[in-house]
Amino acid sequence: MIAGPFQARLGGTFVTPTPVEPSCPTVTLTVNGTTHSFILGEGSHEISPSHTLVDTLRERLGLTGTKISCDHGACGCCTVLMEGKAVLSCMLLTVECAGKEITTIEGLGDTVTGSVDPLQQSFIDHTAFQCGFCTPGVIMSAKALLNENPDPTREEVQAALSGNFCRCNSHYHVLDAVLAAAGGANK
Amino acid sequence: MNKYRFIGRSTPRKDALDIVTGKTKFAGDLSLPGMLYGKVLRSPLPHALVKSIDTTEAARLPGVKAVLTYQEVPDWMGGVPLHVRVLDHKVRFVGDPVALVAAETEDIGEEALRLIKVEYEPLPAVYDVEEALQPGAPRLYEQFPGNVLPRGIRVFGPHPLQELVTGDIERGVAEADFIVEGTCAYENIPNPLPPESPSVIAAWEGTDTLTVWPASQGPHMLKVTLQRWLGSINVRTIGSPVGGSYGSKYMTWQYVFPAAALAQKTGRPVKLCYSRAEHLAAFTVRLGSRLHGRVGLKKDGTVTFFSGDWLVNTGAFSEIAQGMVAVGCGEAQLAIRCANWDLRPQVVCTNRTPSGQVRGFGGQELKCALLPLLTMAMEKAGLDPVEFFKKNYVKPGDGYYWRDGNWWVSRGTDYAAAMEKGAATFGWREKWKGWLVPTSQDGERRRGVGVGVHGNADVGEDVSEAFVRLDPDGTATIHSGLAEHGTGQRSNICKMVAEILQIPLERVSVTACDSRINPFEFGPVGSRGTYAIGGAVIAAAEDAKRQLFELMAPHFGVQPEDLATEDGLVYVQGKTGPRLPWIKGMRYFGTCLGRGRFQPDFTLPNFMMIFTEVEVDTGTGKVDLIRVVGATDVGQIIDPLSLTNQLNGCLGSAGIDSALFEETVLDTRLGRIMNANMIDYKWRTFAELPAMEHVILETPLPSHRFHAVGVGEIAPSPGPSAVLMAVSNAIGVRLTDYPLTPDKILRALGKLPGAPGRGKR
Repeated sequence: MIAGPFQARLGGTFVTPTPVEPSCPTVTLTVNGTTHSFILGEGSHEISPSHTLVDTLRERLGLTGTKISCDHGACGCCTVLMEGKAVLSCMLLTVECAGKEITTIEGLGDTVTGSVDPLQQSFIDHTAFQCGFCTPGVIMSAKALLNENPDPTREEVQAALSGNFCRCNSHYHVLDAVLAAAGGANK
Repeated sequence: MNKYRFIGRSTPRKDALDIVTGKTKFAGDLSLPGMLYGKVLRSPLPHALVKSIDTTEAARLPGVKAVLTYQEVPDWMGGVPLHVRVLDHKVRFVGDPVALVAAETEDIGEEALRLIKVEYEPLPAVYDVEEALQPGAPRLYEQFPGNVLPRGIRVFGPHPLQELVTGDIERGVAEADFIVEGTCAYENIPNPLPPESPSVIAAWEGTDTLTVWPASQGPHMLKVTLQRWLGSINVRTIGSPVGGSYGSKYMTWQYVFPAAALAQKTGRPVKLCYSRAEHLAAFTVRLGSRLHGRVGLKKDGTVTFFSGDWLVNTGAFSEIAQGMVAVGCGEAQLAIRCANWDLRPQVVCTNRTPSGQVRGFGGQELKCALLPLLTMAMEKAGLDPVEFFKKNYVKPGDGYYWRDGNWWVSRGTDYAAAMEKGAATFGWREKWKGWLVPTSQDGERRRGVGVGVHGNADVGEDVSEAFVRLDPDGTATIHSGLAEHGTGQRSNICKMVAEILQIPLERVSVTACDSRINPFEFGPVGSRGTYAIGGAVIAAAEDAKRQLFELMAPHFGVQPEDLATEDGLVYVQGKTGPRLPWIKGMRYFGTCLGRGRFQPDFTLPNFMMIFTEVEVDTGTGKVDLIRVVGATDVGQIIDPLSLTNQLNGCLGSAGIDSALFEETVLDTRLGRIMNANMIDYKWRTFAELPAMEHVILETPLPSHRFHAVGVGEIAPSPGPSAVLMAVSNAIGVRLTDYPLTPDKILRALGKLPGAPGRGKR
């Protein structure tokens, strides 16, 4: 066997490390197409059963695009998609998401070509944000709407986004951006 | 016709891609190796002495690295004058910091707070501004007798405007055809409530260098301030994008001090992010403003005098309330031309969460009480408010005392044209039926219209500096300490430089907002981004271009001023000769560094008028905002979409909605804030948007090369008084305070017992 440069060398023989089956309880979820298994526990690299999904996304996976603002389900800044539907990641325990498919703002668009989702492009074209803090949550809520209803009315977009707090008042540009993206998708 | 390539055209924000893909890193998204988390123990009592603190158990908790009480923290102070300690032996509001903890995780830090034992000696508390002024009222600070904050302090120079006393009141009284006296108040202390809570990381290098990553609207000014307050320490601030501020994150020492103290104690970086409850119940809100005033009008709408006591409730400390009073007094003179003033402010501290800087900066707080008083006089005189404002809003050649106490004369525009266009767009003449008369009625639903006005001369306040560096490859870098807080200003200064150098926008960038690499920048406040910050950047770009042309001129055998540049190629103006790249002049081993500086100029007042139409359900008392039309004149639009975004911002962030439903509700038995969460603190949702339209004129102003001024800060300020007028007209009863919640409407209509108007607390 020819050893590769990064294979561990133990006792004069080359071995390839084999994954050890964890003996402790784990939780597994898929985030933006990648499956992650976490050991449950209170250690610094484990997932506490009391951790919310947003904690796990931000602190364990470094996906800081999902924001914490009110941290009690009132503002929508932490919105992500679970199985394609909008959920509030500050109101879900990570252990509740076992086996689920999660999409965050970082997971939109084409991961192969690196191009952004048409909805994101529409937000750029309409300057549909100001400070941009609430924007990931707003985009994820709008994405969930378009998944279910590709051609919403203005009122339907308003209703779908009514749980998203935007303090700069970019609402009007957001509505234009979402409707334009929906229209564009239909052409 | 727009003659510019970038200015006035909508271009994508430079930071747009990062924002929509979640890559933008706000302060709370950053982490450093070895970082600890800071937590603050807060007082449950509104006013008390700290008799003892036992931190033994908390300090013993595994993962806790430091516990600090008032006995151990550095003696740093903030406020105007300096009076707010990091921690004190006395607490003055529910939420006042009592102890600080640094721990390995947030959870451990919170657990440690629960283990700290504090013994308090409760003191009587006072919340009402006039009760706080009574003899024998509980005194918050030994050094402030009568709870009145001193005036004789240096803010905006040695002689800030602390009252408005001009002309001769007796003459004004004699000249008046109508005199009205009354009290109006704007005391619902709304929270600007940016979605990003106050957040910071602080780290020390050795013992003499402090680096701070703050969520800050003015990180360079924070560096300057901390440098001064902390003594012989090298302070470096690295600003990141700010997740909303609306003025509230300009003064950041409240959250920077605790993090810096914990970082100093532990020798490790410390991150401190307020929870939403802390943000709502222990961070600064708007000033409370109550005005007992008297005004005289002539039949033709001339204001003959204004006199009054302006009582300013700043809560538990003054962040910069005296400065806000100075600006408020200045701005009053822009709204009404009046020769005889006797406006006497008092800044008073009380036992509630402190007040601080919010967009509108004193002017909105005063105007929301002053304009309703004026409307009482207009009613008596039978004057249309739009005509009144057209006559009375500051005109070119008019003078005013500004915040620095000096007399300035407007070189600006007569905004009557913008008012007229706004009125036409709104349909004011058709909808206005007279004072306290609804526009229309449909069963229990009544509609009414109202109008408000605001402006400041702060578009040219304070100093900005910038460097613009040209590189041989045809790119330009702006060195600026400007933090992006949502207005798109960092992109807009790139547009200005791209326009001057005629290079693609992609070739212009701005340095990181790091105080070590950038010259002085006061920050984007007071709508000063376009004129003041832009002015410095424009000067720097012109200076760099001049240097480039000096280097290039010998290659053409002409004078530098004969040259022009486009897309990185230099040529002789008006000739079809060769075009040479910048590198021909700079060579590969050189750069051109232009310097620009903006000096304060208070001669260009900006302007905003807001027209509102409301519908009141007189059965339930609910008020719906139906339509908003804003009118302004900005000289020249820099970026249309960024401008409309800012103008649409008139609703939230303690703007129009502070007239309707936004308020911080204080329980005056316990001193606690009762709605410190985002369900009980009401905010406007996507589902309840009024129709919104803006009239934006572009009459060139004598500001800088692009003849523009900003209006972002003042976008909401005329709104609350316009809504108050509209609701009063709809229900036929004059209302004098905010917010216009259903109970207040029903009381005014006699459908609920109790007097309408003021007296919420």
